Amino acid sequence: MSELIDAGVAERVLAAALANGGDFAEVFAERNAGLTMAIDESRVEAVQAGAAAGAGVRVISGATTYFSHVDGLDPADIERAAGEAAAALRSERAEPRPLSATRTTPLPIEVAPAEVPAERKADLLRELDQRGRGAGGEIAQFTASYAEVRREVSVANSEGLFSGDDRTRVRIGAQAVARRNGTVETGAETLGAHRGFELFDNDPGSIADDASRKALTLLDAGPAPAGSMPVVVGGGFGGVLFHEMTGHGLEADHIQKGASVYIGKLGEQVAQPLLTAYDDGRLPNEWGSDAIDDEGVPTQKTRVIEDGRLVAYLYDGVTARREGAAPTGNGRRESFRHLPVPRMTNTYIAPGDAEPEAMIAEVKRGFYAVSFAGGQVDPATGDFVFGVSEGYLIEGGRVTRPCRGATLIGNCLEALAAIDAVGNDFEMKTGVCGKAGQRVPVGTGQGHVRIEAMTVGGTEV
Amino acid sequence: MIALARRAVEAATAAGASEAEAYAAEDRGREVRVHGGEVESLSAATQRGIGIRAWIGKRVGYAYGTDLSEEGVTALAARAAEAARVADEDEFAGPPSTTDAPPEAELGLSDPTLGEWSPDRLAELALEIERAALAADSRIAGVEQAVYADSAEGVALVSSLGIEGEYASSSCYGYLQALAEGEAGRETGLGFGLGRGPAALDPAAIGREGAERAAAMIGAGKPKSRSCPVVLDPTVAAGFIALIGRALTASAVQRGRSPFAERLGEEVANPVLALHDDGLDPEGFTSAPFDAEGVPRRRTALIEAGALRTYLYDTYTANRGDAASTGNASRSGYRSQPSVSASNLVVAPGELGFAELLGEAGDGVLVTDVAGLHSGVNPVSGVFSVGASGLLIRDGRPAEPLREFTIASDLVSMLRAVRAVGADARWVPFGGSVKTPSLLVGEMTVAGS
Repeated sequence: MSELIDAGVAERVLAAALANGGDFAEVFAERNAGLTMAIDESRVEAVQAGAAAGAGVRVISGATTYFSHVDGLDPADIERAAGEAAAALRSERAEPRPLSATRTTPLPIEVAPAEVPAERKADLLRELDQRGRGAGGEIAQFTASYAEVRREVSVANSEGLFSGDDRTRVRIGAQAVARRNGTVETGAETLGAHRGFELFDNDPGSIADDASRKALTLLDAGPAPAGSMPVVVGGGFGGVLFHEMTGHGLEADHIQKGASVYIGKLGEQVAQPLLTAYDDGRLPNEWGSDAIDDEGVPTQKTRVIEDGRLVAYLYDGVTARREGAAPTGNGRRESFRHLPVPRMTNTYIAPGDAEPEAMIAEVKRGFYAVSFAGGQVDPATGDFVFGVSEGYLIEGGRVTRPCRGATLIGNCLEALAAIDAVGNDFEMKTGVCGKAGQRVPVGTGQGHVRIEAMTVGGTEV
Repeated sequence: MIALARRAVEAATAAGASEAEAYAAEDRGREVRVHGGEVESLSAATQRGIGIRAWIGKRVGYAYGTDLSEEGVTALAARAAEAARVADEDEFAGPPSTTDAPPEAELGLSDPTLGEWSPDRLAELALEIERAALAADSRIAGVEQAVYADSAEGVALVSSLGIEGEYASSSCYGYLQALAEGEAGRETGLGFGLGRGPAALDPAAIGREGAERAAAMIGAGKPKSRSCPVVLDPTVAAGFIALIGRALTASAVQRGRSPFAERLGEEVANPVLALHDDGLDPEGFTSAPFDAEGVPRRRTALIEAGALRTYLYDTYTANRGDAASTGNASRSGYRSQPSVSASNLVVAPGELGFAELLGEAGDGVLVTDVAGLHSGVNPVSGVFSVGASGLLIRDGRPAEPLREFTIASDLVSMLRAVRAVGADARWVPFGGSVKTPSLLVGEMTVAGS
């Protein structure tokens, strides 16, 4: 594994960081390189190559974190950043422990994207474009995007940790716009992983078919219902609902600040016994997986809900230290320019034993939310909102017609407790999660899940 | 910086680019986060980088990087040229010409006293925001976070067609999320303020706003589902205006992704509404002498007396739409290539005070917060349904708090239904730079219980 800074430099930086005292110091170095491109109006465009390197140094003293980061990996610059982080401290010098290197095994990459000619990536976009537009004459527009990034990271801290990781991710996305007379609808699909270009060996063009199919389906959509009703949430990206309404509330920073509805609920029954859920940063080659988190802690599989009981929160180093808990490998950051905070990795509801068809058949009048455009939650109040990108009306136990413009709103604790069926199907999807101004790749997953009652905000009162 | 940009343009030309443009930026930023009377974090950062656009005939590519050494810039220029070779030809691609040389405008974009504020003093300002919230109302249980952040930026732009310019600007903001404890649970409230430097912030007002918003929500229930008048306060109105600004870019229109396409000259809003894009407003965070590709910023009327006057153009969309650039090329730093977007969107204030606006609404809903603006709005059709919270309006006065409901309409119908514009305009920096007063929308679908 490549080391971005050598042990000698790291030790000098850590000593400089603790020159005016402090309980903990860390240097995080990173080198990243990426390529993105898009196809729009059947033209490959927005071809962009980016590269950055830099380091962030933090010192923790009591409850305060001092942080400074610098572009570039020049040892003198990093030492200067350490001095800047230490500048506001006023105590006696502290001594870092000698570093002891930990070997990590980065996730396996078969075909490094950087070794694949850019022209092949452009051709992949052209294939998506053809497939997407080929879905029917009502596809008025189609766009697709390609992104690859490699991030090499090294982290060393005053407790002697010295570790690193080498992460490569690729992702493609497709978006279709269908038009019939005055009606315009969109459909989108993505495919991504912590993997190399081999991810695209197996029919990547199917995401273009899916995006177009969704847009075409919605052309027949009527207005969404408004009011409270049973909601069946689809598998895969439906997991974003659990990510938002429960996952964020389990992140320990929200808990410790009193800004979570899950405070004091550890050990309590928050859901019906049919529900078990995990955060797992070790799923092989999954989008939200890494070998270590951005503080050097190995990622792990954490059961957060067991048979309906809340059993774990998600910690980074700071929040774990604060309450004497074991870190869970959830200290993540967007880049060396950011401080780590507790973040989910791949979060999912484990498969249950209900048949998806039977879950729908039991609903007299309700809503079937297959896919979401995104969502948002206020962790303090537990209020959430989701935009539904693909949704259907359920009438008499059958899916009857597509609906446009629906939103799901509710409260986390109520909605979680109202899950009364978990399907035996299962799928993971990729997402990019924003928190504290930082975006990190996360996986979301589940099978079909039914919520007894939830507010659907449509226009049909 | 300008020397660096010149070198990059030369390197790109040497690498085979027929035309090239370099954007070099340096940003020094600080951020203080406080919680519970203590400083939680104190950050300092310097970012320096360069982005190079290279054209090879009608193909364009982009590369950015942080390695500003001679070899680093040369390698970067070569990557920009390589990227151009991968792109397909686009007949409208090309840099702006020199006839639009940037003016040496003195816009007052920087607060020269910014550097005089020590980290300790900034931390004290953030702590004062938190204290003000706690003191404002006995029901305030705490503050999730109070934050101060600033940035001082220098930008240089050089192109092979002779554009050369540089400017400096500074900005800062303070905000907090206050927590109120009611019988039925917690409520949050956002308070914020912004300016060119910390002297422009009023920490007491920011703290008080967060506290008042949180306390006002205690005991909130769901409204009955119905169609009724809705008042959007400035923070909420700004979110919608930012979306409308996106839909008014020529890029959205030309690519068939705007509900405003083919509507120039039409009445797309009630005549009480006027909307401008103003890239020169001294208070606007995106103001600059020139845009992200060197075309002078300016003030552009978008909607006047309800009628759609123009779209927003950068050089590419202007070439394509047989129009002139309105100086609306934007980028979020050296890591992004230019694309067309609104600069500062300004809604002309009306004459009604906030209380009068509620009086005008009679019976309806006041929306003080929305969630899901980015997931709940169809960018092509403008149809939206977003989560909301706020207060009931009864007999023209604010009444019980409301939460967990949605408001739904589409952007054009909403603009046409705007019945009155308030006098309470303020700058809101979320999702764009917008200055807007409260808006009274005559009718919207509210879905609750």
